[in-house]
Amino acid sequence: MPSVKSGTRKITIEPVTRVEGHGKVTIKLDENNKVIQSRFHIVEFRGFERFIQGRPYWEAPVLVQRLCGICPVSHHLCASKAMDVIVGVPSDSLTPTADKMRRLMHYGQFFQSHVLHFFHLASPDLLFGVNSDPLKRNIIGVIQAFPEIAKKAVLMRKFGQEVIHLTAGKKIHGTGAIPGGVNKHLTSAERDELLVGTPELNADIMVAWIQEGLALFKDYHLKNKEFIDGFAAFPSNYMSLVRKDGALDLYHGVLRAVDPEGKKIFDQVDYQNYADYISEEVRSWTYMKFPYFQSLGMEKGWYRVGPLARLNTCDFIPTPLAQKEFEQYKAYSKGKPSGSSMHMHWARLIEALHAAEKIRELLNDPDLISGELVKTGVRMGEGVGLLEAPRGTLFHHYRVDPNDQITMCNLIVSTTSNNEGMNRAVSWVAENVISGQREIPEGMLNQVEVAIRAYDPCLSCATHAVGQMPLEVVLEDRDGMVLDRKVKNSNG
Amino acid sequence: MEQGHVNLTIDGKEILAKDGQTIVQAARDNGIFVPTLCDFRSLNPAGTCRICTVKVAGRFVPSCTTPVSYGMVVENETAELTDLRRALIEMLFVEGNHMCPSCEKSGNCELQALAHRYRIVVPRFPFLFPVQKVEARLQHLFIEHKRCIQCLRCVRGVKAKDGHDIFGFIRRGSDVRIALDVNDPDAVSEETAKKAMEICPVGALIQKRVGFKVPIGQRKFDRKPEGSPS
Repeated sequence: MPSVKSGTRKITIEPVTRVEGHGKVTIKLDENNKVIQSRFHIVEFRGFERFIQGRPYWEAPVLVQRLCGICPVSHHLCASKAMDVIVGVPSDSLTPTADKMRRLMHYGQFFQSHVLHFFHLASPDLLFGVNSDPLKRNIIGVIQAFPEIAKKAVLMRKFGQEVIHLTAGKKIHGTGAIPGGVNKHLTSAERDELLVGTPELNADIMVAWIQEGLALFKDYHLKNKEFIDGFAAFPSNYMSLVRKDGALDLYHGVLRAVDPEGKKIFDQVDYQNYADYISEEVRSWTYMKFPYFQSLGMEKGWYRVGPLARLNTCDFIPTPLAQKEFEQYKAYSKGKPSGSSMHMHWARLIEALHAAEKIRELLNDPDLISGELVKTGVRMGEGVGLLEAPRGTLFHHYRVDPNDQITMCNLIVSTTSNNEGMNRAVSWVAENVISGQREIPEGMLNQVEVAIRAYDPCLSCATHAVGQMPLEVVLEDRDGMVLDRKVKNSNG
Repeated sequence: MEQGHVNLTIDGKEILAKDGQTIVQAARDNGIFVPTLCDFRSLNPAGTCRICTVKVAGRFVPSCTTPVSYGMVVENETAELTDLRRALIEMLFVEGNHMCPSCEKSGNCELQALAHRYRIVVPRFPFLFPVQKVEARLQHLFIEHKRCIQCLRCVRGVKAKDGHDIFGFIRRGSDVRIALDVNDPDAVSEETAKKAMEICPVGALIQKRVGFKVPIGQRKFDRKPEGSPS
């Protein structure tokens, strides 16, 4: 709501919609309606890193996945990877069955999450336009106006959820991965349920439908080049996990970071040593930290993660259909990293296709049906788990004492890594769309949300703080004079 | 009537019970479900939890400690008793800290299974949020004091090889808690920890390093929900 005092105005967008979690954006305008500051705040806190302390280590994969209802599998598997190290069985030495069952779960998660992100949450902006009627610009509007697309989106998400169900025991918050392995095989009946399934729900159909989704995006891109290429486009560093040979690998590998020109900042980094490469900065106005590359410092060392970053860092995609799309995608940016926030959706759909191909490939693997489930090794006191979650690189770092209790936990989630990028995307919209306008219609403010949604429809896992911290909203003019102040204390 | 047997009715159904049996034993033998928590089949009854309360001649009695008698008329599945049992289960939930979503006993927990059976979503009583530390110093056993429902099953059922007690209870009233000698490294072997976890109806006694090895779908109450026909 704009407040007019001393000639300055502050626009607050709260809550940010079609985004899971609680976010807030504030934009400060001067007397000529020019933007003087914009910020993307995270206004909730979770405290998982604190209350996991004292818990037995084998509980971590099941407890920390409660951070999220969209991508619990990422947290479940990432904590399991850290606990693999704790029990002396690093993730690349798991049994073939354990590795493949976990990967299947992970690709199922990627598929359903990417489908949800693009079709359910972001596509209304593309299908109806960012300035269209907000009453129509949502998933219900998509169901009414584009029933075929909506139906396929719902079924694709269902398929991904089924993969998770059969590998983790539940669609949300299962228990499939345990330290050193997994707790179940896939039965041949379960495999057939996914591989053969029904005419509307099987691995082949999923590959075909996600290709249709990609075609839809590419068609829209062709007609709206300026918007897709230019909207919230800016250069940055990028980081992701890659396989040792440079292939896209969403589950395990080494860390690679590149600069805006694609030059490697670091490569082949064992993520157990991540703390030698990445630090986190705390700022007073948000509960989210700002990570950066130590070698470049706080100012220049910020980076982006996620689909855009992954396709900017990897050399190739190890499945044929996704590789073909990747080649087209890379050719479009002439082999250089893409800095466009909206290309995130393009990259996301290519990854969803890769996930569908991997699911189909894995389902034909006999290791899922039989083989050793768990291994044990020499117990360690500290371990880092790392994987690519749908929104980007996810770090889980734990220390465990000789009594098996967790004594330290540090989580760096994708949204935290993208914090600076998302703030810059919001600033881009503030400066390029809102600044200097006398009237600011809803559609213009929606574009701020469009920028945030390109990165992440989910903010809830990204906050660290714990305790009864009051929330405070302060309205200031350009000289820092307080115009209005609202304080929420710990009793609400 | 057969010799050594008595006739009685439970909810109007006439049944034959062995002389000397408790009501809950007679009910089980006749395929009638009476909920229990502190009762464990191989142990002498303790009557601590009162979940098995039934009504006999207008009085509430624990069915695990009350012997059958000739012509006894027992009320079991009535609205009044269901509400009473539900209240008892809810009280156990609010006075502890039962975090089912991350508890490795989930799916094998008798308290959780009863809550499912009685369709308890939110307890009617305020949570007490007890602050009780965990005991993690033993090599094979992890003790979650805040999950203990004081059923005494571990005290009654888990003994050392020479027959001595391993578990005991200290303090009184709401402060009562399980105690054992944590400084004796041999007090709880791996085998004892396994048995303790099996005998504990909730997640208070946890054998270390085995959590979540049984997948969802194959846990005890996934296969057969509490109170379903055997």
